[in-house]
Amino acid sequence: MAFDSFAEFMAMGGHGAYVWSSWVITLLLILGLIGHARLERRQLMEGLMRRARREQARQAQDDRQAMVYPVDQEESS
Amino acid sequence: MWSFIHKLGSPKWFYRISAKLQPWFWVAAAGLIVVGTVWGLLFAPADYQQGNSFRIIYVHVPAAFLAQSIFISMALAGLVFMVWKIKIADMAAAVMAPLGAAMTFVSLFSGAVWGVPTWGTWWMWDARLTSMLILLFLYLGVIALRGAFTSRDSASRAASVLAMVGVINIPIIKYSVDWWYTLHQPATFTITSRPSMPMDMWLPLLIMVLGFYCFFIALTLMRTRNEILRRESNKRWVRELVEEAR
Repeated sequence: MAFDSFAEFMAMGGHGAYVWSSWVITLLLILGLIGHARLERRQLMEGLMRRARREQARQAQDDRQAMVYPVDQEESS
Repeated sequence: MWSFIHKLGSPKWFYRISAKLQPWFWVAAAGLIVVGTVWGLLFAPADYQQGNSFRIIYVHVPAAFLAQSIFISMALAGLVFMVWKIKIADMAAAVMAPLGAAMTFVSLFSGAVWGVPTWGTWWMWDARLTSMLILLFLYLGVIALRGAFTSRDSASRAASVLAMVGVINIPIIKYSVDWWYTLHQPATFTITSRPSMPMDMWLPLLIMVLGFYCFFIALTLMRTRNEILRRESNKRWVRELVEEAR
C-alpha cells in the first residue's frame, strides 16, 4: 500500500483537493448517467402500461355498448 | 453475413439480444472500475516527480479514451444509418452523444485540475487542450442539432452528417501532441510500444480503461433499448411486451 494512514490517503501528499475533485466529478457523472437511464426506462414502461390500460378500458366500454345496442353495432359495421 | 446485418438492424431482435448481453457488461464494468480504483488510489506507487497528483490519470486517461472512441462510434453509426437506413444505428448514435459529451467534460475537468499542481496553470491554448474543447463543442452541436428539427428523419440525417464531418477532429486530437509539442505530454498509452511507466502504475490504468469501455457498451445498450421503446411504441411486438410485463 502506498499510504501509511487514512489521513495520509486523504491528503494525497498535499494534492488531495485535485485528486478527490477529479474522482468525485467522474463518479457523480457516471452515477448520474446510470440514474438517468434507469429513470428513462421506468418512465417509458409506465407510459406504455398506462396506454395499454387505457386501451383495454376503452375496448371493454365498446364491448359493453355493443351488448346494449346490438342493432347499432350491426348497422354501423 | 447480410442476414446477420439485417437481424442486427431489427429493433425487436436487438432488444432481445441486448437484454442478454447487458448484465455481463455492467458486471464487468463495475468489477474492473472497482479493482482499478482501489489499485490506482491505494496501491500504485506515487510518481517520483508528481507525487500523488498523478493518480488523476486513472480517471483522466480512460475518460479521454472514451471521449474519442464514442465520437468515432457515433460517426460510424451515422454512416451506417445514412448508407443502409438502419434505424437502430441512428438510435445508438443518438444515445451515445450525451455520454461522449460527459466523458469529454470529465477529461477536460480532470486535466485542468491536474494542470494546477503539475504545470502551474489550469488552462493553456495548447493543441491537445484546444482540440479536446472543440470535441466538447462538436458533441454539444450534435445534441443541439438533433433537437432542432421537428422531423425525426431530418434530425437524424443532420446529426449523422455533423458527426461524420466532425470526426476529422479525432486524428487532430491524437497527433496534436506530436505535431505541436507545447504543454501536454505525448500518449502514455500505446499498443505498439512498451509502457513508459512501471507495471504497478500501468496495469491499474489498463483495467480502468477496460472498465470504462464496458461501461460505455452497457450504458449504450441500455439507452438504445429505451430509445427502441420510445420509437417503436406502436409496433405489435412492443405492445405484446408490455402485456407480458403487466
